[in-house]
This record gives sequence, structure tokens and C-alpha cells, in this order.
Amino acid sequence: MSAATTSFPNTSPAWDLPSRGKVAMAGLIMAESAIFTIFVVAYLFYLGKSLTGPTPREVLETPIFYTICLLSSSLTIHFAAKSLERDYTRLFLGLWLLTIALGGAFLYGTAQEWHRLIFEHGLTISTNLFGTTYYSLVGLHAFHVTAGLIMLLVVARFGFTGRMGVSQSGRVAVLSMYWHFVDAVWVVVFTVVYVLGR
Amino acid sequence: MSSNAITIPGAQIEARPCVDELHLWLTTVDHKRLGILYILSALLFLVIGGVEALVIRIQLMHSHNNFVSPEVFNRMFTMHGTTMIFFVAMPVLFGFANYLVPLMIGARDMAFPRLNAFSFWLSFLGGLLLYFSFLGGSGLYGAGSAPDVGWWSYAPLGARAFSPGHSSDYWTLALLVSGFGSIGTAINIIATILCLRCPGMKINRMPLLVWMNLVMAGMVLLAITPLSAAQIMLLIDRYLGGHFFDTQAGGSAVLWMHFFWIFGHPEVYVLIIPCFAFMSEIIPVFSRKPIFGYPVMVAATVCIGFVSMSVWAHHMFTIGMNSYANSFFTLTTMAVGVPTGIKIFNWIGTMWGGRIQFKTPMLFSIGFLFQFLIAGLTGIMMAASPFDWQLSLSYFVVAHFHYVIVGGILFALFAAFYYWYPKMTGRMLSELLGKWHFWLFLIGFHLTFDVMHIPGVLGMPRRIYTYEPGRGWDTLNFIITIGAFIQALAILVFVANLVISYLKGAQAGNDPWDAWTLEWSIGSPPPVYNFVTVPTVASRRPLWDLKHPEDPDSRYE
Amino acid sequence: MKSSLCCSWRIALLIFWSARLLWAVEPGGSTAQNTSIFSPASTPAKSIADLSVFVLVVTGIIFLAVFALLLYSVVRFRGRAMDSGREPAQVYGSMQIELAWTIIPTLIVVVLFLATARVIHAIQDAPKPAGALDVIAIGHQYWWEFRYPKLGIVTANELHIPVSDPGHPRPTFLQLLSVDTDHSFWVPQLAGKTDLIPNHPNRMWMDPQRTGVFLGQCAQYCGTQHAKMLLRVSVDGPEDFASWVHAQQKLAVEDAAAIAGRRVFERNACMNCHVVAGTPTDGRFGPDLTHLMSRATIAAGAAENTHKNLRLWIQDPSVIKPGSLMPAMKLSDADLDAVVSYMETLR
Repeated sequence: MSAATTSFPNTSPAWDLPSRGKVAMAGLIMAESAIFTIFVVAYLFYLGKSLTGPTPREVLETPIFYTICLLSSSLTIHFAAKSLERDYTRLFLGLWLLTIALGGAFLYGTAQEWHRLIFEHGLTISTNLFGTTYYSLVGLHAFHVTAGLIMLLVVARFGFTGRMGVSQSGRVAVLSMYWHFVDAVWVVVFTVVYVLGR
Repeated sequence: MSSNAITIPGAQIEARPCVDELHLWLTTVDHKRLGILYILSALLFLVIGGVEALVIRIQLMHSHNNFVSPEVFNRMFTMHGTTMIFFVAMPVLFGFANYLVPLMIGARDMAFPRLNAFSFWLSFLGGLLLYFSFLGGSGLYGAGSAPDVGWWSYAPLGARAFSPGHSSDYWTLALLVSGFGSIGTAINIIATILCLRCPGMKINRMPLLVWMNLVMAGMVLLAITPLSAAQIMLLIDRYLGGHFFDTQAGGSAVLWMHFFWIFGHPEVYVLIIPCFAFMSEIIPVFSRKPIFGYPVMVAATVCIGFVSMSVWAHHMFTIGMNSYANSFFTLTTMAVGVPTGIKIFNWIGTMWGGRIQFKTPMLFSIGFLFQFLIAGLTGIMMAASPFDWQLSLSYFVVAHFHYVIVGGILFALFAAFYYWYPKMTGRMLSELLGKWHFWLFLIGFHLTFDVMHIPGVLGMPRRIYTYEPGRGWDTLNFIITIGAFIQALAILVFVANLVISYLKGAQAGNDPWDAWTLEWSIGSPPPVYNFVTVPTVASRRPLWDLKHPEDPDSRYE
Repeated sequence: MKSSLCCSWRIALLIFWSARLLWAVEPGGSTAQNTSIFSPASTPAKSIADLSVFVLVVTGIIFLAVFALLLYSVVRFRGRAMDSGREPAQVYGSMQIELAWTIIPTLIVVVLFLATARVIHAIQDAPKPAGALDVIAIGHQYWWEFRYPKLGIVTANELHIPVSDPGHPRPTFLQLLSVDTDHSFWVPQLAGKTDLIPNHPNRMWMDPQRTGVFLGQCAQYCGTQHAKMLLRVSVDGPEDFASWVHAQQKLAVEDAAAIAGRRVFERNACMNCHVVAGTPTDGRFGPDLTHLMSRATIAAGAAENTHKNLRLWIQDPSVIKPGSLMPAMKLSDADLDAVVSYMETLR
């Protein structure tokens, strides 16, 4: 069949559209925010409604140090991304590894806290409503931190093999959006669990 | 006039061997092929879900009927609902979005072709997982069974205590998996629309189909995710001893309802908005006029997107919320009818003063307008919460939502099939078979779903495998069943049309309908790269401008 | 045309005869009974019916207006052969028209909402008068438990309430609870439905203004036998209600002739689930059987309360209600006959 089609007048003003990586990550962040919102609503709804077992006030200790670690990692990743834009690859790698370390410290802190809660206070996910909502919410967040850390490690590996340069700064910017999101969620979770919830 | 395809002189294009062709389809990342895969998988599940509906209708044909046991019946209505919403309606609409959006914005593919393929296969896997439950879902009371908790799986019916075995787990996992696929597709659609439009296609020059898919995708991100969250909570309850919905431990059954309907209500708008998109493309072309009130149509759609997120508890009017909550949701539910009504008026306004051509796509579109009007009005009836205290959970609701889904969504889909099949395959669907399909389906649809409102008003609840004689429900149910079989026959005619026309249909050419959006500027089927050179546009109807250089739209926008 | 009509008649006949073949009827019919929402017998149902008529009229007018526009446009603006090639005037829209068909529907919504809000408050926030009867309804998988706390009555499935004279209202206020899954109490002629949700007590009321029997059933899918969790509400005049209450308050009839059956009942697992007041039995999982024979139906309305059905039910509940949580007791014929005789003494 004839494939003859129409041609179009060629008028080309500057045509600048947003980067698809950033738009996609924004979409993912929107979706994930909705998931976290539901878990936060469940947590808040069930505050004070457990029929038995330890209450938040009895067992929770505010993880100030590990929170500072995680929130600082947002700063380090921000500066890492900025360094990469200027092609300071060594500085980028250093800051990137620092970010990973801080994130890893946060996860270690979570693990330590859970160990204490389970073995010293007998609080598990099936103990009562507090246990269920606490482990689900904090666990969902920790899962997202872990997923982020895996991505950061992949990038670190590329850094060590010399593949990271200014041409990758767009992708790093997208990944750091995710990392900032994970930190922002922690601010909310921290406020709900350790401030409002006690 | 320059050609928009590259021909290689002397090249012989041989048909590929079967295995190669299959491999191509299984590994494709091309949006057009993935679109077709979505549509074909939806058609498969449509037939399966339809058979489940027929089983239901045979059992309900007469009071105290014994065609299937109560256990089987309960699985039938659960699977019918779950299949139709998640594995027919959503995939087919994603399929059309996948196929059409890049073409309409002058792009070569979606923003993330591999994510596109991954999302499709996740969705299809979810469907297979759901149906595997017939084999693998064994519970205490028998061998291998599908979920039977209704497509909402209300707590605590979905809990381990009341749903032993794995049938409910198949329901939960299938929806979780395909939900992630939906989120992937939604992200892809948004990124494509915002980042890949061709030069000149400003946001307010996009075809309405593109606008509406953008709104739909945004809603998917915010609506599907609450269901995913609730499913994760249910899995924690069932497998890790959690108490999210464990009423014995102080948990709340009502919380599940809120989470489910925060998903469930926007979900139905996710389903209908792409159908509004089809109507907004098809009705203008067959009325030979541009859409009436483009900016208002966009505003109304966005408005519906927002307001629809605030109406969810109208599915919960009977659960004992206080009078202020009931009043609030009554108000928001009635309010969302205003932008929806505006759209109906705009479509009629498009037809007004036009020169209407009654080809099959237009017949289905007119059917849509009539039926969606009625469906919207029965929705307003149920928005009045005291009226809903009688109508909720009865066959009136079943009639209402089938009026929207079959009378609205399916009719719009049929219109879309007849309209874009020529573009996808290069062949026209038979007008004769199309008219048979339309009239048979119309008669069957009205016989079933008009009548179905009456048993609801006469006190017949839903989800019952049988009912008492003497309530006046027998004859009505019998008529409803007859209508169901007529619809089934019409579907057979449709499938026959799809197959026969593929083999023997008239050649379509680039632009069989004399339409105005970019997909009609390239071949049928389009080449894999879509456009040789990425077009530049100056108005909402680029092909109208080209065909009518003396009176282009760009002069008026 | 003629051949297609002929064809469709043949199809209709084919469907009819296939339907007859698939027909399988179980025994047990019932007399015609009205369960329409438009035959209200009580104030909440009547308020709803009145509001519904108003809403139907408004939506009916909207339907006729828009349908007329649609029909007119389809007929008046259909393309004719002589038109081909010429396009009609390309109209893009009109702000005035858009405003008109935004403002008018908004006003309609405001009117409908105000009318509705009044009825919501009238029904939900109605104060409880001093003479009201209190009943607690507890939903179980597949039967209804009714308790009258101030009268000391426990019964099942069939609710007796007094008629309410508008001059001296005596409404019945129900508290709705559930021990397992979600249920919904729906007797269309008496009130809109309200759900019974575990850990979420609800409340509803009704004031039937004429005597009679009103039917309904569970409306929220609660499991396998949701379909046969029927409701039977008997609205009695003041003397009838008083005598019913008096009879229900008594302990079980002790009939020496049925002693063998009573032994069967007490020595088998029956007493784990059922209670007969005045005997050592104390089971709460199943319905209270103290005055079983005062009920017109058994198995929550699934069968009439006859000797044959009672025997069949005790022998194997899954014949009448497959999926019911009462197991088949596998009694010998002698034991079965004895226990049925015992049941039949529990008036």
C-alpha cells in the first residue's frame, strides 16, 4: 500500500521538555508517598488501641544519632551530585561512599533497635496493634533504604571502575531524588512514631 | 508531498518463520506491539470473565436453582469481578494508551520501552496467578479453589480465620503483582506525555486522548497504591501474625473498607476517563466538527480527577458512619456529577450542527452517551445516602455499575476498536458485522441491565447464590439471563469480525475516516519507527490544517 | 429483515428450552411477600421512600431533557449523501453555554444535597424516646441472634417487635454487633440497611405502624451461606407482643415424654453449641433453642419449621444449607427421632 503521507511545516522555536528520568522518578515518588501515607494512617489510627502488650512509651527510644546519620546523607549525596556535574570525580566518589556509610549506619541502628525490642521487650509484629503497625511502617521504610543503598552501591562500583563522569550526572541526579525522598519519609515516620506516638 | 516511509528498492520481505515471529512478540519493547499484546490478553480474559458471568446468570435464572453449589457460585462472582476490573478493563485501556499516545504526540515510542514490556508481563503474570488458584488454592474444605471472598475481600472475611487455605493469597498476590505493572505503565505514560511531545505540541495543543490519559495515569499513581498498601497489610496479617484487620485484637474491619475504597472509587474513574478520551476523538470525527469546548473538557477532566479522590465512602454509607460524614460524602459524590455532566453536554454540543455519519464507531458512541447519562443519574440516586441505605448491596447497585462498565466503558471500547483497528492492522472491520454486533449487544444489554434495577428495588441483595420464590424476583432474573446470552452472542459476532476482517477486510489506507490527529498521517499499520521525521505542529488538529490550508485551526487557537 | 426476525425467534426459543433443561427446583416455596423499598411500613423507610421519589423526579427530568437534546441532534444533524465533501461550520465552543450548563447542574446539586441532608439527620440523629424497645442483634455466620436485655429474652432469627402507634410511639432501637464477619440487617419495608461489623457497634431504629410479618435478609456478603441468612420480623399488636414476651421469658417446657430425646441432646455435642434454658446446656455458638417451636422457620429461614425439615436438618444440615457451620451429627435413626421429638416439645 502507498506509504505516502503528509509533511509538516518546519517551524522550530526552542523546544525544551523536562528530562524523562526526573519526571519518572517524580511519578514513582508520588506513588510511594501514597503507599507510605496509608501505613502512616494505619499507625496513627491504631495509637492507643492495642488491647495488650508493650506500649510505645514503654519501649521506644528516640534514635537521634541514626536519624542524624540518615539526614546528613542527604547533604552528602547532594554535594556528591554537584561534584559530578563539575566532573570532580574523586570528590564525587568520596562523598558517595560517605553517603553509603551513613545510610548503612542508619540501617544498623534500625537493626539494633529491633533486636532490643524483640529480645528485651518481647515486641514482635504479632504481639499487638502497636507491634504490627510499628514494624510494618519502620520496616517498609528500611526496605526502601535498603533498595536505595543497593542502587548506590552499584553506582559506587561504576565509580571505582572509572565509568562515572559528568555525562552520568543526569542519572545520578535522578537517583539522588529517590534518596532525598527516603529521607523525607523518615522525617515523617520519625515524627509520627517517636514524637506524636509517645 | 514527501513520503513518510523509506522503501528499499529490490528488497524482498519474506514472512518470518513462526518461531521467530513468536520470539519477536515475546521480546518486543515496541509500544505498538505491547499495546496489541495488552489488548489481546484483555480479550482472552474478557471471554473467561464472560463465561463466569453466564454461570452466575444460569444459577440465578430461577429461585432455588441448583446449577452450581454455593461454593462454586461464590468463586464465580469473585473471579468475575476481579478478572473484569484488573485483567480486562485496565489492560485493554493501557493497551490503547500504549498504542495511541506516542503516535498522537509525534513520538517514536514510549519514554521507557523496556519498563513498558516489564509492566505488561507483570500484568499478564498477575492474571495467570489469579487463575492458577483454581489448581493451587486448596483449603481445608476441598481440593484446589479460587478465591471466594468477593472482589473487595472485606475484612475479616479475607483473614486466615475465615479464608483458610491459599485462595485469598492468590487474589492478594495477583493484584499486588499486576498493581506494580500498572504503576510502571502510569509512570511511563506521564513521562512520555511530558517529555516526548513533538515540537509545537504545547500542553494545550495535545489531543484530548493524550490529556485524559495523563490525568488517568496520575490517578493510577495515587489510587492503585493504597490497594497495594492494603494488600501488603493483609499479607502481614495472614502470614506474619499481624493484626491490621484482626477485630479480635482490636483491629478495624472498617479500616480495610476505607483503604479499599480510597483505591476503589478513583479506580472506576481510571477506567472511565480513557473512555471519555475515545469519545472525545471519535465523536468529533464522525460529526465532522472539532470537539466543543476543548479547554473546558480539559478542566472538567482534571476536576473529576481531584474530586473523585474525595468521594470514596459513598461505598460505605451503610457501615454506620455518623450523619456528618454521610452528608459530606453525599455532597462530594453529587458534586462530581457536575464536571461529568459538562462533558456529556460538550459531546452533544460537538454533534450539534454537525453532519453525523452513522458508521459503527459512531453507533457505539451514541450508545455510550445514552447509557452513561442513565448510569450517572442512577449514581446520583445512590449519592443520596438515605436512598442508598436501601439500594446499597442490592441488585440496583449491580445494575448501576454494569451500566457504567458495560454500557459506558465497553461501548466506548467497541467504538475505539472499530475506529483504530484499521490503523493497527491495515484492514477495515466489516460494517455489516459491526452493525449486527451493535444491535444485538444493545438489545441484550438493555434487556439485562435495565431490568436488573427492579429486583434491587424489590429487596434482592447481591452476592446470593439463590433466592426465595414469592418475592417477585423469578421472572425478572429469567429475563436478565436471556439478555446475558444475547450479549454473549454479540461478543461472538465481534470476535468473528476481528478475525475475518484481519484475513479479508478491505484495505484501510492511512486515513480511512478523514480524521485530524497525527496517527492518521502515517501508514496502516505504522512502520516500527512511526515517523520518518518527527513532525512539528501548529494547532490541535494538525491534519485539518494540512487538508484545509485556507482555514487552519492555527488561525483560531 | 424478515429472515433476521425469524432467526431471532428461533434463538429465543432455543434459549427458552435450554433454560428449562438447566432448571432444577428444590422443594419448599413460600407465599408471595412484598419486600419492596416503596412499600414502607415504618418512619425511616417512609422518609427514605419520600426522598427517593423526589430524587427520581429530579433525575427523571434531567434524563428527559438531555435525552431530548441527544435525540434531536442525532436526527436533525445526520449527514446526508448530498453533503459529502463539505464540512459543516467548525465551532470550537462557547463560554456562555459552558457557564450555563455548569451553573444549572450546580444549583440542582445544592437542592438535592439539602433535601438529602435533612433526611440523613432525621433518621440518624433521631432521639430515643423513653418507651423504646431495646434489642441487640448479633450477626453470626449464617444466623441472627436477638437479645432483649431489659426483658431477659434470647432468641434467634425471628424478631418480634411491637407495633408503634404514631400518637404513642414505641419504636424499636437495635444495637448491631457481630461475632465473626460483616453482615447487614435489611428489611426493606422497615428501614434502610445497616451493617453488623465486628468490633464496630452500630445502631438503627424502626417504628412499624402496622402489624404483620416483614421479610428481609443479610445484605453484606458474609461467607458461603450468605444467601440463606434470612430475616423474619413479626410486628405484633400490644397484647400479642406481651404474650410473646411472656412465653419467651419462661424456661424450657419439661415434657417427660421427651426425656429420651433430651438425653441424646445432652450426651452428644449438641449442648456445646446450643442452649435450652433451664437445662444444664450452655452453648452459645449456635441459636438458642429454648422456644424453637415458636418459630415459623429453621436455619435462618432456609426451611419451614416442619417435622420433616427438622429431622433433615439435624441429620445433615448441608442438605438444606451446604456450608452451614453446624456439622452432621451422624445420629442413629432412633436417636434422631428421639431428639426431634424433644425439639418439638420446646414451645
